[in-house]
Amino acid sequence: MDETFDVAIVGAGPAGITAACVLADQGVKVVVFERGEYPGAKNMFGGVLYGRCLGQIIPGYIEKNCPIERNIVESRLSYLSEDGGLSLAYRDRAFFEERRNNAFTVGRAKFDRWFADQARAKGAVIVCATVVTDLLRDDAGRVTGVKTDRADGDLRAKVVLLADGVNSPLAALTGFRPEIRPENVALAVKELIELPEEVIDERFGVSPGNGVTCEILGNATLGMNGVAFLYTNRRSVSLGIGANLADFATQKVRPYEMLENLKTHPVIAPLIKDGKPKEYLAHWLPEGGFDTVPRLCGEGFLIAGDSAMMFNAPHREGSNLAMTSGRLAAETILEAIERNDFSSSGLQGYAKRLHDSYVLKDLKKYRRFPSFLETHKELFTSLPRAACAAARDMLTVDGVPKKVRQSEAWKAIRGQVPPLRLLRLVWDAWRSVR
Amino acid sequence: MSVKVEDKLFLDRFNVDDESHLHLRDGKLCFDRCEDQPCLYICPANVYKLEKDRISVNYEGCLECGSCRVGCPNFNIEWRFPKGGYGVRHKFG
Repeated sequence: MDETFDVAIVGAGPAGITAACVLADQGVKVVVFERGEYPGAKNMFGGVLYGRCLGQIIPGYIEKNCPIERNIVESRLSYLSEDGGLSLAYRDRAFFEERRNNAFTVGRAKFDRWFADQARAKGAVIVCATVVTDLLRDDAGRVTGVKTDRADGDLRAKVVLLADGVNSPLAALTGFRPEIRPENVALAVKELIELPEEVIDERFGVSPGNGVTCEILGNATLGMNGVAFLYTNRRSVSLGIGANLADFATQKVRPYEMLENLKTHPVIAPLIKDGKPKEYLAHWLPEGGFDTVPRLCGEGFLIAGDSAMMFNAPHREGSNLAMTSGRLAAETILEAIERNDFSSSGLQGYAKRLHDSYVLKDLKKYRRFPSFLETHKELFTSLPRAACAAARDMLTVDGVPKKVRQSEAWKAIRGQVPPLRLLRLVWDAWRSVR
Repeated sequence: MSVKVEDKLFLDRFNVDDESHLHLRDGKLCFDRCEDQPCLYICPANVYKLEKDRISVNYEGCLECGSCRVGCPNFNIEWRFPKGGYGVRHKFG
């Protein structure tokens, strides 16, 4: 390619496009490579974006027709056993009004295309259907551009931003991030289930345009360290389930069978009843946390979003971390352009910015969380069973005195999880999130 | 439970390349040195199927998650992205 660019970005997802917007706004010549036929063609996530993050990049995104599915007014958390489930829900007037669009659902095929169009309008060049197959380097090993699968596809740039997502063969090839280990990612599958808009409104008790997110824990993942979710879109719901990839390998569970199993659960089945499956997707979630975040920049390159393993597992936040890291990378690049220094030390401001922001502060706060889940498998096996059995017994009205019921319920819990183990669980849980 | 992954993949749109983007480096190794054969289970698209004397690679329905690449205990799967514009194309995402 003959044209020259200041910045080459790999991946037109939230991190890459955010960076492209910030850079193009300042008149920087930026090109984004996307391997899909259009931005979003390859992307999948649970479904939630955060308005504040987006508003920083695209002020007035609502008026600019951002393809929002539903504004989230209620968050539910369900803890399921095989036959029952405890649920907790929080709904707030604020999420209908002054904090409207704090969080909202989107479909990535529509949203990413819209977002990339905003970057295009600012002057960024988006090249789709193009895989970046390698990085160009000079004799000293400095990254000087990208190699693509197009004919005559080498492109030189002053700096490269790697925002190509969690599954990156490029990372493994170039070594900018160590190859993924199965225990550091969750494999999630998701089905898009179509339902009439008014049926969703009614089932979830929301007015048009508003919606609900449900996080689902417990036995849904068949004893594996994982989580499921059900998010409302305008005319569909996204039902997904994921578990640690290493657990999948040892337990020999097929991901799609686990999804089918979840559909029949008495808490979930009525919510998706008569729905028509429309799409089936699979993707990783970078769940390894703070300790798996790679070196954030080097000679001539930076790394952002899922590629840098930025995912806050306990809060299920990822798209906001991607967008913020993309913005901070772009701000660092602007500084580097001014000083004409694209060396590792010239780009160090990026690491500092991330450490000073909520991105790495949050990941650091929860750095023990992945190992907490890994070492407390009873969260996905005996504990939900015990909790649900106790609830079922306490709610059964059959003339047995409550005192007897209570001691039976406690006995059932102890039978599943010894009290010392329970104490340990509570203590470790506290330590992993404090 | 009898759920056919084919019914799920049928919902998706693919732009299938003539050439596979997935290759077993050494097909014999899958039989000689791999007891668990996790590729047969972890793949969400059931790309890998056990045949009489080999494991077949049905790359056409690959959802491009990467699980087989890192889940293979022998790193026996040569994995690259489908060529630009090929592979799965999400309608909703």
